[in-house]
Amino acid sequence: MRSLSKAQIITYMQALTNRAKQVERKPMTLLERAYLPAIFKGMAITFGHMFKKRPTINYPEVKRPFSPVFRGLHILNRDEEGRENCTACGLCAVACPAEAITMEAAERKAGEENLYREEKYAAKYEINMLRCIFCGLCEEACPKDAIYLSETFAPANFQRKGFIYGKDDLLIPNPITEPEAFAEARGNRAQVAR
Amino acid sequence: MLLSIELALILEKLALIVVVVMSSLLIAMYATFAERKVAAIMQDRRGPNRAGPFGILQPVADGLKLFFKEEIIPNLSSKFLFILGPCLAMLTAMMTGAVIPWGDKVHFFDRDIPLQIADINIGILYVFGVVSMGVYGIMIGSWASNNKFSLMGGLRAASQIISYELAMGISLIALLMTTGTLSLKEIVEQQQESWYSWNIIKQPLGFLIFLICAFAECNRTPFDLPEAENELIGGYHTEYSSMKLGFFLFAEYINMFLSSAVMVSLFFGGYDIPFLNDAAFAEKIGINWMALLHAGMFLLKAASFLFLFMWVRWTIPRFRYDQLMNLGWKVLIPLALINMLVTGAFILLQQNNWHF
Repeated sequence: MRSLSKAQIITYMQALTNRAKQVERKPMTLLERAYLPAIFKGMAITFGHMFKKRPTINYPEVKRPFSPVFRGLHILNRDEEGRENCTACGLCAVACPAEAITMEAAERKAGEENLYREEKYAAKYEINMLRCIFCGLCEEACPKDAIYLSETFAPANFQRKGFIYGKDDLLIPNPITEPEAFAEARGNRAQVAR
Repeated sequence: MLLSIELALILEKLALIVVVVMSSLLIAMYATFAERKVAAIMQDRRGPNRAGPFGILQPVADGLKLFFKEEIIPNLSSKFLFILGPCLAMLTAMMTGAVIPWGDKVHFFDRDIPLQIADINIGILYVFGVVSMGVYGIMIGSWASNNKFSLMGGLRAASQIISYELAMGISLIALLMTTGTLSLKEIVEQQQESWYSWNIIKQPLGFLIFLICAFAECNRTPFDLPEAENELIGGYHTEYSSMKLGFFLFAEYINMFLSSAVMVSLFFGGYDIPFLNDAAFAEKIGINWMALLHAGMFLLKAASFLFLFMWVRWTIPRFRYDQLMNLGWKVLIPLALINMLVTGAFILLQQNNWHF
């Protein structure tokens, strides 16, 4: 078999794109060899960058706004009178693809009408934030507008059990006794979801 | 009577030394901060802004951090020389400031106090001597580390400084032929008339060569081969830690500031304020205020040179070693020689009333 020279191989080879360029090997001109013009060009570029807008956001002081469809930590909602919406129907737990939600139902006693909106409520409601994939299917499944995803995310923790959020972590502050905390926890997402 | 004058002289010089040393330390401190800020701004970042308002306490935090770090002296190092290295680097860096005229003079207690620690008649030679001593700190420190990378860095520093000192010296000879004096004070006073009497107008090529050599002498990018971190780990300060490392890094910034000061005095009129009749203005506001203005102008000029140092550092990549030597020996030295010959011919012609 006849052996090919390097140049022949290159001509035989099919170029994948038309962007391939022959490397230039011509000697530098005097101006290029003087080196200084290139330095001044480079220095003009770096100097120009001093007036560019810097994309950094000063994090703890300035926070980047969340997208309106952001899905963060869950919140268990209350109605305007401060009663819990959740009736422990379990639809969220069924909808959850990661099986992160568990709950125990209980019956509302007489005199607890100001705490729970309907006759049945969740005595225990837990979400494992390590399992949760923040898909938002629980929010879609809920018929009572009791659970929705907020604009925060789970903070770091040293232990796994710290990521199992109970009712005291998830429940929204009472709108009557603590209206500001309620508004803050509610954020803008509840309106979007509705 | 004689003794009292002597005492006053000693006191005034002592005060001047304290002020100069302290202010050059302070300026070097903030040069490190400025370096990081300039780097950040040129790379579209924000730079240090956590310590204090706008991050102005950052150098203090850096210094404290260095002080609290563990001092490691390698087992097989030569301990005395290992400690001597950074001390020498720092000492020689500080010594240059002695002959630089920071301002004209102030008038206190019926005495005219010149704002220069020592007006010696060979000022610029002294600067040269001290700057060349600076490499001893690096060489001794690198050799004493007993580390091959350190030694490589030290050798590079030595050969680089020797190569560039030649071109620097020859470019300076041309300047000294025009000034006719070695005293920095006199060189500055010759440039007081107006901005077009500055030596940069007479010696533009000499200034360019001097500037490039000053970059090389300060081991700054593009000539930072002695500490080339991606080739030699840390170069000559690989084995250093804590404040001994801090001294090496700090000496670099002091060197930068003082070589800026030397360049300002040699080529940019020293403390001369451009577009201003200094003598007439001094009559109006008094000598002391004028001296303050002069010193401020001097620092402003030096600061713009510091900025140039940083600007170049964050623009130009490092030279390869052979490129460095080529530039030094094959380009800068011939250029400096030509510059010297042309200057000499001009001076001869001038003395001969422009007749051949």
